[in-house]
Amino acid sequence: MVLALEADTTLGDLRLQLALEVADGECLAIAGPSGAGKTSVLRVVAGLLRPRQGRVCCGEETWLDTERGLSLAPDRRRLGYLFQSYALFPHLCAWRNVAYGMQDTPRALRRARAIEMLERFGMAAHADSRPATLSGGERQRVALARALARKPRALLLDEPLSALDARTRAHAGRRLGEVLRDSAVPTIMVTHDFEEAALLADRVAVMDAGRVVQTGTAAALAAGPASSFVADLTGAVVLHGNAREVGGGLTEVQLDGGGTLRSTHPGSGRVAATAHPWEISLEPPGYGAGGSARNRLPATVVSVTPVGNRVRVALRVPQPVAAELTASAVESLQLEPGTEVVAVFKATATRVVAV
Amino acid sequence: MTARRLFPVALVASLGVALVFLTLPLLAIFLESSPADLLASLDDPGAFDALGLSLKTTGVALAVIVVLGTPAAWLLATRRFRGHALAVTLVELPLVVPPAVAGIGLLAAVGPQGLLGPALEEAGLELVFQTAGVVVALIFVASPFYVRQAQATFAALDPELLAASRTLGASEARTFARVVVPNALPGLVAGGALAWGRALGEFGATLVFAGSLSGVTQTAPLAIYERFSSDFTAALALSAVLVAASGAILLGVKLAMGPGALGGAGARG
Repeated sequence: MVLALEADTTLGDLRLQLALEVADGECLAIAGPSGAGKTSVLRVVAGLLRPRQGRVCCGEETWLDTERGLSLAPDRRRLGYLFQSYALFPHLCAWRNVAYGMQDTPRALRRARAIEMLERFGMAAHADSRPATLSGGERQRVALARALARKPRALLLDEPLSALDARTRAHAGRRLGEVLRDSAVPTIMVTHDFEEAALLADRVAVMDAGRVVQTGTAAALAAGPASSFVADLTGAVVLHGNAREVGGGLTEVQLDGGGTLRSTHPGSGRVAATAHPWEISLEPPGYGAGGSARNRLPATVVSVTPVGNRVRVALRVPQPVAAELTASAVESLQLEPGTEVVAVFKATATRVVAV
Repeated sequence: MTARRLFPVALVASLGVALVFLTLPLLAIFLESSPADLLASLDDPGAFDALGLSLKTTGVALAVIVVLGTPAAWLLATRRFRGHALAVTLVELPLVVPPAVAGIGLLAAVGPQGLLGPALEEAGLELVFQTAGVVVALIFVASPFYVRQAQATFAALDPELLAASRTLGASEARTFARVVVPNALPGLVAGGALAWGRALGEFGATLVFAGSLSGVTQTAPLAIYERFSSDFTAALALSAVLVAASGAILLGVKLAMGPGALGGAGARG
């Protein structure tokens, strides 16, 4: 079974125009900034938004075909939709929320089935609680149990983790990953967070202003962004400048504001040079230029922020650059705002994309 | 006193004046005459007929308003169509039409000589000088209070809840019954209380359209008016009962729906 979608429609100022296919058991993440039209894609699939032109097919079933004037009502498309705000019914307790979609289950069995679903998410103890008394993470679990309780033919997740605080998010992310691994249906997940997409999705479609600008695995997008927009979204460092070929298969980029970089990627004219923060190491000034790394940029430390087991160091070269190091490296370099360092990275880790 | 201090004082003073002004006439009804005199005046069977008729007609009118007004308010709150603004304005029109004009209008529309008079007569339906006519007048003047409040309540519901219900396999009708009504209930009850209060006090339209026949169309306000020129104490007694009854229902609704139920338009959640 494949979920296939084509849509072309205008939403206010936005022209939504895209085609997507998601295979059984596959999770496709739609990543992009807010206002790109990500949620509208889910609403088209769910039948909550009718595009001017479009087709939605789920396996053998056609849910929407504007050419044939066919549009199934949302309640006749068997899918599980996790809303960004979770949209739990405030007047129903957790198990009644989960049982709401079980019209096919005999009434007498609904409570037991609902509690079984809640149990899967460790929420059986809260079966009789109203949503208002639950924490954000607990609400997310009830909402997920509710979306899966109907045995959906497709799963739609709208920013499934964004309403959670950082600590709950890691835990909820792992559990959602397990759900997606066990799931045999196509899933579309919307997120503005590339890391979330990389963590949970098999493929990522990057969306900007109503269009998909690049699709691929998260690793492929991070390694080969088709534009500075995609590079920026993947969390890569993006440096603007002018490129020219310098022979030996190398491209030299004269950075705006000063500094030069070399890259093994071809390019010329206005470009963005990108690298990942974990590909950038720091050295004290005058440490020696004997290494294999071709790119050495004098930089000033702006801030030092621990992120999990890593430390993110923001730098100015003078364009902003971020490097990720271990805590012990930060300590031995005695990094603090104002420290002068040299940012070092390889030409092979420096990608060049046209702007 | 500085201007900074003056502002809160002015706020408190204005509320104080408003409260005294609004409660004094109601208190005066009970204080103007001795309780014994009030009780004695209530011996009048005509007064009880009027009160009973008021409760009966306002009850029927409220039922009709809720049954017809709720779906209409849902349509106005959730759909945008050509003439939407006009429809909303037409629904609100009776709010600003003077009650006597409403009575004249009803006579012109469904009175014996009115537009639909012959048709109604053929159907054997008589409204003028009939209890049914009182109900028609009450529905006309009171329904906008309910429909407006219901529409505002529906419009304030989280649209994601409705979307969630649809994606969980519920049709629009099922969504309405299972999600919309339970979550809108405090607002709907508030609208019903407002409409009921307006209907209970209705005077002008009823008098013009249905007349003031004791036991048939003479509701409590009409009975009070009839007594006030001849027997002021009897008018006071009936007024006292009406104030007590409407106060009790207002309080009952507030207690039943919890705090904030009657907090005004769209006061939910």
